[in-house]
Amino acid sequence: MITYIQILISSPEFLAQLIINGLLVGAIFALIAYGLALIWGVMDIINFAQGEMVIFGGYLTYTLFYQFGIHPILTIPIVAIALYIFGLLIYKSVINRLLGEKDIFITILATFGLAILMQQLMQAIFGPDVVTANPELGMLFLFDGQLIISNVQLVSFFIAVFVGVAMFILMKYSRMGQAIRATAQNPRASRILGINIEKVYANTFAINAALCGIGGSLVVMVWTIHPFIGLVYTFRSFMIVILAGLGNFLGIIFAGMGISSLENVTGFIIGAEFQAAVIFCLLVIILVTRSIRARKRREYIQ
Amino acid sequence: MMKENKQNTLIWLGLAISAIVPLLLPNHITVLTYIWVMIILALTWDMLGGQTGYTSFGNILFFGVGMYVCAVVQRDMFSSGLERFERVSEIVVNLSVSEYFISLAIGTISGAIVAVILAIILGSGILGMRGHYFAICTLGLGHAAAEITSGIEYLGAGSGMVAPLYPSEFLMGKEVFYYYSFLLVAVATFFLFKKIYKSQFGLALNAIRDNENKAESMGIHTTQYKIAGWSISAFFLAIAGAGVGNVIGFIDPVEIAFSGPTFGVWMIVMAILGGKGTIWGPVLGAIILYSAKETFWTYLLGWDKVALGLLILIVVVYFPKGILGYFKDKKQLSDSVLSPKGEG
Repeated sequence: MITYIQILISSPEFLAQLIINGLLVGAIFALIAYGLALIWGVMDIINFAQGEMVIFGGYLTYTLFYQFGIHPILTIPIVAIALYIFGLLIYKSVINRLLGEKDIFITILATFGLAILMQQLMQAIFGPDVVTANPELGMLFLFDGQLIISNVQLVSFFIAVFVGVAMFILMKYSRMGQAIRATAQNPRASRILGINIEKVYANTFAINAALCGIGGSLVVMVWTIHPFIGLVYTFRSFMIVILAGLGNFLGIIFAGMGISSLENVTGFIIGAEFQAAVIFCLLVIILVTRSIRARKRREYIQ
Repeated sequence: MMKENKQNTLIWLGLAISAIVPLLLPNHITVLTYIWVMIILALTWDMLGGQTGYTSFGNILFFGVGMYVCAVVQRDMFSSGLERFERVSEIVVNLSVSEYFISLAIGTISGAIVAVILAIILGSGILGMRGHYFAICTLGLGHAAAEITSGIEYLGAGSGMVAPLYPSEFLMGKEVFYYYSFLLVAVATFFLFKKIYKSQFGLALNAIRDNENKAESMGIHTTQYKIAGWSISAFFLAIAGAGVGNVIGFIDPVEIAFSGPTFGVWMIVMAILGGKGTIWGPVLGAIILYSAKETFWTYLLGWDKVALGLLILIVVVYFPKGILGYFKDKKQLSDSVLSPKGEG
């Protein structure tokens, strides 16, 4: 472990490499986390199946790529639309019945059940293997080859940024975006003013699913997926949202990139087999410190 | 509600039947053992999940901790004469009769103590949170434990450990011994929990579920009550874990000890299916779910876990009060005209 730290100190270009990789991939995490923050802020629901939706999107891209020969980047709009419809279906069949439930654990348990159902269905349909849909775009060598960036990461970074900016503009200026923001502020008042809350909720959940789908397409291009990796993405998006706070768009981007870089560096120091454990432990540590800080002010986090 | 003495008669009848059953059905004794294990799991989950309304997804942590601590004690206590193997997962311990039972007892107790200490330490950090944060944090616990254990060579890393062999046919063999042990632990857990829920402590737990802020302002130190409840759960869960490790005879960090998709989910589903927040609900749910799983889930051929996910979704969305809660509501509906929704 100490030798790894020494390597990082003696060769800063390697550290820079890890951090830049983290920053590029972090944009994807930020996109997924933005979807989570959206439904959390608007509907006060947290979605334990967030990561599973990401993986589902990834498998759709993978299938379209290998079965139908569509280029992975071109599958993104298809996946987004498919996940949007999937999100609507989930909303109508499950989430719809849980709104207004006083016991928040009921909604948590329901999305938890959804997560297990999706995991197992994906394993049954796509098999338990690790898959990837790398479009093979080559590498980019910077500073005489001291810094290597794979073009896929760069492209996916720009796609994530593009989708994020598009979401930001849509939320700010489109009619539905304004309705969503109004509902987040005060559902009762927006209903009185003639906003169809039901429609807003359905759209919010579906937009979140579509964002997850886009994130999944990018993940399967950059990395690999398998049916049970979803939980890691759920945790990452939670961490990002908790660090940034709800409705803080820039905060989510910075938190996403920061967490991703931190994860890369710690993963290198402690060893790759502990990388998932690092994510879980980091979440627990962040929450516990927050809880202790809140307790000093005689408050609690919820 | 059932009359108290009628209920007692039923309990004793049930116990008498379960005491004889292994002699009548010697081929199904492992399944019957697991039903007792499931009852312990569901009951312990319900202490926090049902009585205080805090849905914990991380209770599997204590199950696995009990299992591993017991296995380590059993392996190392009398192992001075053992030749060292290359890999921890290949070490098979052969113990004499007295050595086996002494190490089992000490292992189980130390597992339970370690679990309680962990529950107190983790609980003082986590149980101060509420709502979404609590749920996500506990979900992290079990997975973190599995990931960390898979990296520790002393515990056999990813390939796990082997429990010591049961000393031949002592006490009618391994199956019968563990059947009666789990029967005892489950019955002890049941009666202890029943007593707890009737005591002032149980009332405080229920007050937390109904309105935590009010409970706090009435002078109940809610976090301490939750920690105490969690520690009691952890104690019995660790005992169950230690036993299950020996019944299976093989411990694997992801598939058995910290297995979120099996034991970890089952305990939640069983408690909710039967009716959370009641003493009989988890028992009923455990018996129904596990019998159903053993009888017809094998015919689902790999789709059984899909069925489990679907079951959670259906139970939570459509019957969040479980079987007992459903009948309670129905009874209240017929009893009173004034409060048809059964509030109170």
